Amino acid sequence: MEDISKNGMEMIEIQLKKKLKSSSGEMLLNVQASLEEGKFTTVYGKSGAGKSTLLMLLAGLLKPDEGFLSVAGQIWTDTVKRIHLPPQKRNIGYVFQEYALFPNMTVKENLLFALAKKQPKSIIDQLVEIIDLGQLQDRMPLTLSGGQKQRVALARALVSKPKLLLLDEPLSALDHEMRVKLQSYILEVHREFKLTTILISHDVSEIIRLSDHMIEMDHGKIIRKGDPASMFTNDRVNAKFQFTGEVIKMVKQDFIVIVTVLIGKDLVKVISNDKEAETLQIGDRVLIASKAFNPIIHKIS
Amino acid sequence: MIDWNPLLITFKLASITTILLLVISIPLSYWLANTRSKIKPVAETLVSMPLVLPPTVIGFYMLLALSPSNAFGNWLDEWLGLRLVFSFEGLVLGSLIYSLPFMVHPIQAGFANLSPSLKHASYVMGKSKFLTLTKVLLPNMKPSLITGIILAFAHTIGEFGVVLMIGGNLSGKTRVASIAIYDEVESLNYGAANTYSMILFGITFLILMMVYLINGGYFKKWNGND
Repeated sequence: MEDISKNGMEMIEIQLKKKLKSSSGEMLLNVQASLEEGKFTTVYGKSGAGKSTLLMLLAGLLKPDEGFLSVAGQIWTDTVKRIHLPPQKRNIGYVFQEYALFPNMTVKENLLFALAKKQPKSIIDQLVEIIDLGQLQDRMPLTLSGGQKQRVALARALVSKPKLLLLDEPLSALDHEMRVKLQSYILEVHREFKLTTILISHDVSEIIRLSDHMIEMDHGKIIRKGDPASMFTNDRVNAKFQFTGEVIKMVKQDFIVIVTVLIGKDLVKVISNDKEAETLQIGDRVLIASKAFNPIIHKIS
Repeated sequence: MIDWNPLLITFKLASITTILLLVISIPLSYWLANTRSKIKPVAETLVSMPLVLPPTVIGFYMLLALSPSNAFGNWLDEWLGLRLVFSFEGLVLGSLIYSLPFMVHPIQAGFANLSPSLKHASYVMGKSKFLTLTKVLLPNMKPSLITGIILAFAHTIGEFGVVLMIGGNLSGKTRVASIAIYDEVESLNYGAANTYSMILFGITFLILMMVYLINGGYFKKWNGND
């Protein structure tokens, strides 16, 4: 642990243990990981795997039973030395699944509330510009749509210019179109503010689109880490084109099966032989890949 | 013409009790809604006891405890110059205990109904617990606060047993409206008893109807986002 300061690449050093009581009995959360500065990491896994708890531990909203956490060389938690930096002093951005906008304040007031003492207000104008909140500033949160609320929540999380942005399934309640739009905003601020971002997500296409690095959790432990695209495809395909989608329908015709796959919001029909199709079920997540060397290119618009 | 003093004392008592209860109940309810302490069930039981205990029991023990012939009452008398038995101050103390659950329960429920992420969001923005309480939590539970205020006020107006035990029936000092009614009936003065009763009936009806109107959202303005 001593060489954190020497090794500038390792920004976040995580070694945290906490006993959790869940509906399925007791579970020990035990996470060891180091994350690089400026990278976009996604935490993936079933519900109840301990993903949200991990984020709360990073934010200091929960205390670990034992462990160590340092960010950019600064120790945030060290149970041996009895250090626990309160969430107020960690300067992180946190976006909650249910937005957590303050209902008694307008959009503008929500953003102003997030300012640190004596912090100039210019950051708010900058965020309003980047995240297109100009029209919404005087609205009350209750009058906003889900996508609008989450844009405000994203902007509000960035007001204090955090280095670390934590996103707890921020897009799971939104429809597809809104998701894609919000993903662009998230990517933009991640790059613009040189953030280290940790996202919790279940959506494979979202993870592949956004993240540099992925951690899969199960029962409180990290079971796999790596590059998201290869983790979902198990390194078996070497394709030029690949998309992930969901099997919607399968129709058997003689020796082939026509599989209808929902990719994004488009339906695609793919021919599969019946042996391959045997392994598929409606609702499966699948990867559609092509090794074609002569694709047709059409200019759009 | 009836003596207006009992009504004035009643409303003065109810107002002072309500204000003090609000100050006491906000931190108490906040603690009850958030704590995982082992003494929480004990504290909750104590707060709720006045709901089921006959008011005369509370009044009786307070009378014993506060009487200057006892150690505690004597200490209050000698050191603070407070004689709480048969005085208006004593009535306030009795009412605080008697109406405590009516203020604590709605406010505690209000805290419990707020999503924890509101609090968390404020903390990660660097805001202290106190600032979070005053700027984020309390403004978003106005209906609970208003319900607590109104119920505690109305319940104090309806007090009888505690007041009779520790306040006695001193005209112009501790004789509240509910006792004045009893007094008038005892001396077969039904007309005056009826006037007091009608006034209390009307006022409590209006006060309680406010609670239902507010909770039913008839005053949209009061429901958190005005």
